Formats: sequence, structure tokens, C-alpha cells
Amino acid sequence: MDLSRRELLAAAGKFIVLSGAALEAFESPTGALAADSKYRMADHWWAMTIDIGKCIGCGNCVRACASENDVPEGFFRTWVERYEVNGEDMEHPQVESPAGGMHGFPVRNTPGVKSFFVPKLCNHCAESPCVQVCPVGATYVSPDGVVLVDQQYCVGCGYCVQACPYGCRYLHPTKHVADKCTLCYHRITKGLTTACCEACPTAARTLADLKNPKDPVHEFLRVNAVQVLKPDMATGAKVFYKDLDGSVR
Amino acid sequence: MLDLWGARKFDRCAAKDWWGACSLTSGMKRIFEGSEHLIRLALVAAVLVLAFLAIRYALIPRDFGKYGHYRPGSLTEIAARTPVFAGRDACASCHVDIATAKSKGPHANVGCEACHGPLGRHAQDFTSQKPVLPDTAKLCVTCHEADSAKPKTFPQVVSREHAGDAACGVCHNPHQPKL
Amino acid sequence: MDAVIPNVQGFMYPNEVQLTWSVLIVVYPYITGLVAGAFILASLARVFNIAAVQPIYRLSLLTALAFLLVAPLPLQLHLGHPERSYEMYMTPHRTSAMAMFGFVYLWYLLVVLLLEIWLDYRKDIILAARSRTGVMKWVYSALTLGSRNIDAKSLHVDDRVGWVVTLIGIPSAFLLHGYVGFIFGSVKANPWWSSPLMPVVFIFSAMVSGIAVVLLVYETVAHLRKRPIDMACLDTVAKYLLYIFIVDFSLEMLDLVHRMYEANQSFRALDFMVHTQLYLSQIVLQIELGTLVPIGLLALVQVGKFGAILRRRIYTVAAALTLIGIFFMRWNVVIGGQLFSKSFLGYTTYKMAFAAREGLLPAIALLILPFPILWGLLKLLPPWEEQKV
Repeated sequence: MDLSRRELLAAAGKFIVLSGAALEAFESPTGALAADSKYRMADHWWAMTIDIGKCIGCGNCVRACASENDVPEGFFRTWVERYEVNGEDMEHPQVESPAGGMHGFPVRNTPGVKSFFVPKLCNHCAESPCVQVCPVGATYVSPDGVVLVDQQYCVGCGYCVQACPYGCRYLHPTKHVADKCTLCYHRITKGLTTACCEACPTAARTLADLKNPKDPVHEFLRVNAVQVLKPDMATGAKVFYKDLDGSVR
Repeated sequence: MLDLWGARKFDRCAAKDWWGACSLTSGMKRIFEGSEHLIRLALVAAVLVLAFLAIRYALIPRDFGKYGHYRPGSLTEIAARTPVFAGRDACASCHVDIATAKSKGPHANVGCEACHGPLGRHAQDFTSQKPVLPDTAKLCVTCHEADSAKPKTFPQVVSREHAGDAACGVCHNPHQPKL
Repeated sequence: MDAVIPNVQGFMYPNEVQLTWSVLIVVYPYITGLVAGAFILASLARVFNIAAVQPIYRLSLLTALAFLLVAPLPLQLHLGHPERSYEMYMTPHRTSAMAMFGFVYLWYLLVVLLLEIWLDYRKDIILAARSRTGVMKWVYSALTLGSRNIDAKSLHVDDRVGWVVTLIGIPSAFLLHGYVGFIFGSVKANPWWSSPLMPVVFIFSAMVSGIAVVLLVYETVAHLRKRPIDMACLDTVAKYLLYIFIVDFSLEMLDLVHRMYEANQSFRALDFMVHTQLYLSQIVLQIELGTLVPIGLLALVQVGKFGAILRRRIYTVAAALTLIGIFFMRWNVVIGGQLFSKSFLGYTTYKMAFAAREGLLPAIALLILPFPILWGLLKLLPPWEEQKV
């Protein structure tokens, strides 16, 4: 077939434009929170407050989280630890967390020791070491301060699990991706509170929004002695504990 | 003497450097003469790099990196999950009388689903999920069984001594437990 | 599906009980270490012009290549979604040592190792393309990349460029395995790993293991080909093995002494673990059998006067023990780092599967796989003069 140069150029041009268009068609959908949502990420900076003096170790939070988020058995997005500290020996607390505290704790009335419960969850660190080590960009700090895992993108290498100082991450046994507390992102973006805070009967756990000037967290942080877990790790942890004993690991 | 392209080569060089090359221009030409295979290699490398970039363009969503080093679509996907727990406000909107009674007693801040379990589907359409009444013989002690680790101010009893074998619901109304 | 629940002593955070990184993650740094070590031997010949090791120059390069080709496989078997592993190259997270390592690996494979091998063998490849027939003719022709030029000028270019590539290759080899050390050493959450010494210890133990493996490969290949061994070469290789081993051992002891002296919160948990869980793998296999005995044997050869046969036997034993010792060093880092709780209040056990995806069987298979690959490379690109066609 005899093509003139003009015809050849025209055909080449069409080819380039059409294949470019075809590539666009295959492009993955753009992502932003749904256009009809009233929720604006920039208005929020999520955190949580936990009052050790109110926790009764009922395990409601652990059960509620497991129901809300399909947490696989044997793994925990949140859990409760029970501490017994004997006098001045803060180096050797007796700690237990049977099934993460999911079914409560066996009754103990050990005389002469200080005992208390410590609920734990992902601290949604502002300077998160788990985000730092993710090789592909599957885990991230959202613009509203929640550390999340993109389970469609995660390769399941487990580096983030190793990098978390608090032990709050795990590899999902059937999905084979990293999994952890999402601060019930699907609830808090709809104006609900997290499942664990919803289920807590004593308000030991409370969701907090640091960007909301009316949020009780500001008063909480102002009047109470507040601690975070492992402050020496400088992770910018955003779960604030009131009355956390020095023996807590 | 013929070079690679069959052209005649003349040695015009007056002085050579350590490389064996002459002045800059004819020296450069000599380097290229001996490096034809390296140029081929460079071309192969360039093709591979272009192929990589094309594949990347096709596979990675255009808005990757919009908010940070991640796929913004992930935020939408995670937020789109349906809540399992309805939340206390949802219960109060229908069960007004129980909510009012509860709000006057010590269980005012205990969520409905803390005892009744997740009832998100029931709140959406009450026919779709029938709530099961919890058994007070087992439910209440989870919180109220005496334990030294619980805060001293929290109401707790040794259930054996307090009630023997009776279920808590025999005496206490869970929505207004104070007797 | 999930088999055995490990035994927990004391308290562990609930998610820590099952180990995340398995024996495959022990195999991976072991294999990349062998690569770096084998390459350092090659660079001793090419860059530092140590004539005695010249006979094993090409063999070292091919050994490094055989192991480097296998190196990604334990990772792929470990990943939850290996089909997504391309993401590490498409959207690498620049703060992640693991992501950056993907490029260090690629750089080392393509720009250093393959390029150097291609440049060194180019003349042989072209001669083979001319003289061979059948399928092999096409294979060699493809390897020439279309150029058939082997005049003195182009060979001179190959030599100079190859020298530069080897020169760049030395820091690249350090980077390759130092990066693996950094992947562990930069994890502040884990006190067993977190240390600036970790990349350095990894580099030196890599060199030790790489030299040991080339020594054994050389002896084996010479034995199979029924050729005499160049004892001057072997003696020099063994000498370098000794020197580098002493440096490696000193670094590891420095780390240990430092921890014992400072005795901070994590140390008490780690110390207990070393004396119980890790006693066999650390004290016995890594330190005693895997380091002190080989160093002792190699030092003995330096001070004593032994005949060639005896020296060869000693070198073989020392190299084999070294390889075992360095494997357990990796084991103690990777597995050991996951056996204790980050609360420092408890320990778990590693229940290694056997015939599962991340079990002992694939680990052993991956350790053996480089050898048939090396055999194939030796057939394709023979390092020896008399086998050129």
C-alpha cells in the first residue's frame, strides 16, 4: 500500500492521541472523600483520651472493636492490659492480657499491690515510625491525623509491624496485608464516635478532636497530669493517658 | 587501514594522551570508535527506562501523592465502610422512654449497645435485625464483679455474697439499676 | 489454617506473639551478604591488583551473580502480595530503607555486576557467537547486543570502563549490604536491632561469608574439573578471611560489651533471652563454632607451617563453619529480634513451619538454588582459558 507522507503523519497522530486516551480510560479512579460528603478533613485532628482511673477492665471496647471492624481472631486492634505493681518495684510489674481482655479478666484480689487496667490501641502518631518505613506508601497519616492502611496497595512486607513500638499492628491472616486500628474512620467521618468509645460504660475512653475548640480534650490536657506511651520514642503519639503509672510499658 | 564503517583512517595525531586518544575532537571520535558496543548498551538501557516509565504511567493512579505519599482513593474506601454499631443517639430517637429513664440513673453514660450489642442494622430498619435480650446472670458481673484493679469508687460487689445464685435482673432494672 | 500457638513466657503485647518475619527473612540478608563478599574478592583482584587472587576473579563475579539472582526470591515468598511488589519501584517511599534498597539492588545488579561481567567476557561472548551453532549461537549473539567488535581499541575501552565499574562497585557492594543492616539498624522500636553498628557489622560479616563461599566454590570446582588448586591464591583468600573476620568479631564484641556496660531497660530482657532462647544459636553456633573456631584455625595456619594438603583441609573446615556461623548471626538478628516483647516483660517462641510457604523447606531450597544457577553460568561463561571455544 502506498501511503503519502501526509497520510502517514495523520495516521501516526491519530494513533498517539487514541492510545493516550485509551491509557486514560485504564487509569485508576481518582480518590478524594465522596463529593457529597459534608466531612472536611482539614477541620479535624483526631486523638483520644484515656482515663486510667475510670477503666474497669470489662473488655467491652475489645469486643465492640472486633464486631465493628471484623478483627480476625487472635489479633487485636485494641486490647486491655492488667497491671499489678508491688510497692517500689516498678521494674517488674505483673502484667496480663488474656485474649486481649476481650472476655474481661479473671477476678484477682491480690492484697498489698497496686493494680489497674490499661487500655491500649494505635496511638495514631503524628511522627509515625510505621509510616516512615512503609516501602510503597500503603500506610500514611491522613490529613485529619489518623494513621491508616491502604489495604488495596499494601504488599504485606511487615516492616511497619516491626517498626511500631507499641505492638498495635499485625499482618491480617487471610488478607495478608497490614491491619490495625483505624480510629473507626468510617464512623468518625460520619459524626459518630469510635466503637470502643461507644461501648465503654465509664467513659474511660473518649474520642478527641484537637482542632475543635469546643472539644473537652483541651480542658482534659490542661487540668490533668497527662502521659503518652513510650515518650522517649518521640513518635508524636496522640493517645493521651490520665494517671498512667510509671511502670506501664 | 579501514575503520568500523569501512572508511579510511589516517593517523593525523601529533600527540596522544594516556588514553591513546588525540586532541579533543578527533580523540572523542576515537573514543566513540572503540565504544560502539557501549553506545548500543546505553540505547538498550534507555529503552528499558522508557518502558518502565510507560508502565508506571499506566499502573499508578494519577492523583497518587495528592495529600501525601499514598493513594487518596484509600481514604474514600476506608470511610465508605458501613458502621455496625448505631450509636446511642440512634437508639434514643425511637426508644424515647427508655432513654429518658436511663438518663436519670447511674447508667446514664452507658451506651445502649454496650449491653445490647451492635444494632446498626436494627437502627436502619428495625425488622432486619431482632435484638436479643442479654442474660443479666452473665452480663452484669463483667463490669460489677469486685476486683482490686477496678477503681475504688466504682460500684462493685462479690456477686456470690451479694446475690447468691440469683441473676442481677431479679432485683435491678438495668435501665434504672438503683434500688 | 494457622497451626501452632507459640509458647509465651511472661507478658507480650497480644499482637507480638506470632512472629512477622520468618526464616526467609534470615535467608535474604544471608544471600545478599554472600554477594557483597564475593564481589569484594573480585575487587581485590581488579582494583587493588592483588595478583595472587587473580585466578578467582571471574569465578567470584559469577558466584556473586548467581546469588544476586536468587536474592529477591525469599522476599517474594514472604510478601503477602508479591504480585504488588512492583509498587516498590513505581512509588518508592523515600523515607523507607526498604524501598531505597530496591534501587540499590537494581543498581548493583545492572550497573555493577552485569556490566562488569559483560565487559570482561565480551570478547569470549563474541568468539562464541561466531563459532557455536544451534540455540547457543542465538544466545551468545543476543548477549553481544549486536556488536562484534573485538579490536584492540574496543577491548582497551572495555578494560578501562570495567576498572571504573569495579571501582564504583566497591562502595556499591558496601551500600548493598550496609543497607540491609540499616533496614534493621534504623528501627528504633527494637533495641536488639537499633544500633549504628548494625550496617557495619552486616558489611563485615557479609565479606566474611562471601569470601568463605568463594573459597569453597573454588575448591569444589577445581576438584570436579580435576585441576590443581593455586595454593598461593587459596592462601591469600584465607588470609583475607582471617583479617576481616577479626574485624567482624571485634565489632560484634564491641556491641555486646557496650550493651552489658550500659545495662539499660532493654538489656535485662535481652540478656536473659541470649542465655535461654538463643543459647544454642548465638553462643554455641554463632560465636563458638561459627567464629572462634574458624578464627582459631585460620590463625593457626598463619603461625604454623603446614603442608598444602593440611592447609586445604583446614581452610575447608574453617570456611564451612564460617558459613554456618554467619547464617546463625542473621538468624539471631532477625528471629532473635522478634522473640522478646517490646514491653521487655516476656518472650515467645518461633514455630518454624516445614513445608509451608515460609517454612524451612523453601529456605533450604533457596540456599541451594544459586549453585545450579552458578553451574549454568560456568557453562555459559567459563572462567577458564582452556574451555574457550
